[in-house]
Order: sequence, then C-alpha cells, then structure tokens
Amino acid sequence: MKTLRIAAGAGFADDRIQYGIDLVNYGELDYIVFECLAERTIAEALTAKLKNPMLGYNKWLEYRIEPIIKKAKEKNIKIISNMGAANPIEAAKKVKEIAESQGIANLKIAAVTGDDVIEKILEINPVMMENGKRISELGKDNIVSANAYLGALPIINALAQNADIVITGRVADPSLFVAPIAYEFGYKSDDWDKLGKATCAGHLMECAAYVTGAFFTDPGAKDIDGLDNLSPPICEFSENGDFIMTKLPGSGGEISVRTCSEQILYEVHDPSEYITPDVVADFSNVSFEQVDKDRVKVIGATGKSKTDTLKTAVGYRDSTLIVAEVSYAGFGCVERAKITGESALKRLKRFNMPITEEKVDIIGYNSIFSEEFYPEKVIPNEVRLRIALRIETKDEKILYFIANELRAITGHNGAAYYGGSDLNIKEIIAIKSALIPRDVVIPKIQLTEV
Amino acid sequence: MKYLRDYAHSRAGDKGNTSNIAVIVFEKENYEMIKNILTAEAVKDYFKGKIKGEVKRYELPKINALNFVCQDALSGGVTRSINIDKHGKTYASGILMYPIE
Repeated sequence: MKTLRIAAGAGFADDRIQYGIDLVNYGELDYIVFECLAERTIAEALTAKLKNPMLGYNKWLEYRIEPIIKKAKEKNIKIISNMGAANPIEAAKKVKEIAESQGIANLKIAAVTGDDVIEKILEINPVMMENGKRISELGKDNIVSANAYLGALPIINALAQNADIVITGRVADPSLFVAPIAYEFGYKSDDWDKLGKATCAGHLMECAAYVTGAFFTDPGAKDIDGLDNLSPPICEFSENGDFIMTKLPGSGGEISVRTCSEQILYEVHDPSEYITPDVVADFSNVSFEQVDKDRVKVIGATGKSKTDTLKTAVGYRDSTLIVAEVSYAGFGCVERAKITGESALKRLKRFNMPITEEKVDIIGYNSIFSEEFYPEKVIPNEVRLRIALRIETKDEKILYFIANELRAITGHNGAAYYGGSDLNIKEIIAIKSALIPRDVVIPKIQLTEV
Repeated sequence: MKYLRDYAHSRAGDKGNTSNIAVIVFEKENYEMIKNILTAEAVKDYFKGKIKGEVKRYELPKINALNFVCQDALSGGVTRSINIDKHGKTYASGILMYPIE
C-alpha cells in the first residue's frame, strides 16, 4: 500500500528554522509543510506591504528556504507553505531568486492568490461572527485586510502542474496538509470521509511540535524527556486513510496517545463538526493506538459535505493599547504595586481621559486569574505591576498625555522601591471573522520556473 | 486534597473570543467520575466571572476527554485582548486546580 510521508516544518510564524533543516536531511520525506500564519499575521504583513510593496510575506522566508531548497529538490521533497502571507507573488519571486543563486535548475514555484477579498468585502458586507453586526460598522477607513480561508484545491491544482514549491497566503491550516494527500491519492472533491481523515491528519500536524512534546510538559505531573531536542511531527498517511504520527528518530519529546489527545482538541469546538473549506470533519470517534515507541496510529475520523461559505478574517484598526510595567520586591511588594496602580487610574479619571478598558495586573499575584480564584493566599517575594489601558482615539496628544502619565507614575511618582519600569504603546489591528459565499472567492495560481 | 491535575491533563485553545478547554483523563476508570464532577455549569462558576458567555461541554469517551467551549472568555480575543495571556492558554492550568475530593 502506498504511503506518503509529510512533515510539519513549522507550526507558527516564528517557529524554529532548524526544524526544516533536520526534516529535509533525515525525515525521508515526500512533502514538507510550513504553517506560518496566525489570525492576525496577514493584517500585520499587510501593513509591511503598504510601506514596501516588495514585502508582506513571512519575515523568515529566506531563512527557512535558503538552507533546504537545494537538498529538497535533489530528494524530490515538495514544499508547501503559507509564508506568502499578504504577498505570495513577491514571496515566490524571492524563492526563485534563492533557487537561482544556488544554481538549481528545473524548479517550478507556484504562488497561490485569491484569498485577498478586500475589494469585495464591503459590497458583500457580511455579518461578523463575534457580534452579529455588519462588517461596514467597523468603518470603511479602518478596514486594512480581508482574507478568505482557501482550501486544498488551489494547492492540488498547483501540484498537478508539477510545482515543486507552493507558496500561499491565507489557507486553512489543515488544508495545507490535505492538499498533498488528496493530490497523491487522487481524492475527488466529494470524498468526504477521506477528506475528513486527511483533515484530521492536517489538524494534528498543523501546530508542528505541539503534538510531539512542545506545550506539554508539566514537571512532576506530566513529564517528557528532551524538551531541548524536540522534533516536529511526521505523518505517514496510507492510501486507505489510516495514518501514523511519528517524529525524527533520536529526537526528544514523544508521540504518544496523550500528546495526540491534547492536540486533536486544540482550537476545536464541536469535535463532530470541524469545519474547513474542504469538508466538515468529524473527530468525535477518533482513537489513538500506540503501535510502537513514538508511533501512534490514528483511526476513526470521518467527514461530511463542505459548507457553501468560506470564513474570512477581516483586519481593522481597532484601538490603541498603552501598557506600563514596573517591579517591586520584598516586604509589602503587593501593596506597593496596588497603590501605584490605583493612583494611576485615579489620576487619569481626574483628567477625564477617553479610556474604554483598563486592567491593573500584579504579575506573580493576580495577573492571569483573580485573587479570589486561587484557593490559597501566597505572599510573593516579588511582583511586577502592569497597567494596561485601551484608548479609542487617534488623537496623538491624548495618547501621549496618557502615556506620559503612566510613564511618570511607574518611573518616578509611584510607591517606594520600584525598579525596571517600561512603557509600550501599540496600535491594535484586530480581526473579526465573517462567512462569505464560496463562489465570490476565486483562487489563482501563478507559476514561475527556474 | 486531590485536584484535577492528579487525574487529568489539559490544553486550551482560542478561536476569536471563544476559548476551548480540553480535559483528558489519564485513566479510563476515572473518566465517569470526572465527567460527573466537571459539568459545563461547574466550569463556568469555577472561573469566577472570567468566562462571560455560555459554556458547552462535548464528550469524547474514546479518548477519555471532555471539551469545554467557553464563549466570551478572552476579553475580545487574541487580536485585541488587554490581558497578558491573550490566547487564554493558561485556562488549562487553571482548570487543573479544580478540587476533586
């Protein structure tokens, strides 16, 4: 039975460069997929593109591709990645440039576009999933990006045109893995169960080392070995839809029933309805079997007919967050942090500043959960005060006034014995989601050859 | 005193302003007991106002897991939250402090 070996070379925008190098060298792969795009990354990439039209793709693109491209071509390992972010065309050009500089011949690079629907989004004016209001209520001038989640199909089409490297923008994460599986095994676009199984594999793979021991160890309660030597996962996908999750031999971490059980539910709501552009997958009957050390067999995923809409992430200028921090240590540190935080808010109220949300955290004491959440009261040795304010104005004078007040109280005018104060002002580009009709999104493929 | 951490492990993820907290029970024989204690309502109350919306529980007996989907739990979601932990991944460690017996 034919088996495909696919690796996840990255699970987030800034993931380790070394993962790709190790996998290409030792993974005996058919495909390597780099998933590098979070919800907000495109909006941020787009702001880079607005400043320089040659940019807008993942900042690590060259660093990831340069050390592996030659060997990948020699070994016939195909590369798929959403590192194109807001600019797959320029990203593909950059990859071409790298290939040429290394004297690689007969290499086909595909750029997948069409996810960018900013021109149409106000016309469609869909309802936001978060609040039920129309997208237009964000304000035309505030909207900076709108990207529909493409599915596996355009990547499959690129592979069918013999692309060695496929660079995309916004594509649903599991679809990056579904594409090579569906292409190699010749799935039809309505093979729902098969697509459900491939989506299950994609979902387990998409966060890379999250399934091999990253984001997992809790010393004393849930130990793993070799956190300093993790490997990303490799999926051995069989023609019949069963698959094995494994990793590089000799690496740290583990592939086990417990790591797979955590990852299968990561960012999943109803496990019987995991909606992607390709299929509505059902993970509710998935089970795992440890067939060997670091080898887990996954069975039981199914699928049903895809929906007629595509999720679209709309980036918009939301507000400004001003955050000030300062540390206190020793006897009374919590009280000193408290009085400083309270005084900061009191002063700003006196000046009637347009603050729409405020949060005073005492890090080491109550910053993640409230004091009343914790069953036992523990007096910390030291704490860090964090004052965070949301301001919904673009008036720089007001922003600077508030920033100055926070800087002043954490840097000079607060409680005794402070140290290490810091201030950060950030314009927030936030994301709202909406469903738009599938047929308004038209994916395109642009091929270049070296 | 025993806590959920003695019986289970957990992972929390985000989608927009919704957090999902998965609880996976280590031993099959404890799954029913944990299921009876950790109702959707119990989880919502336990976080003392941090989860503002509805909590819905999904059961996955084949992997001894419960998945709690918590609406309006991330102060607006990762892209705009004022919180330190914008993703709410620490919900997983929070739920493991749940007292069991």
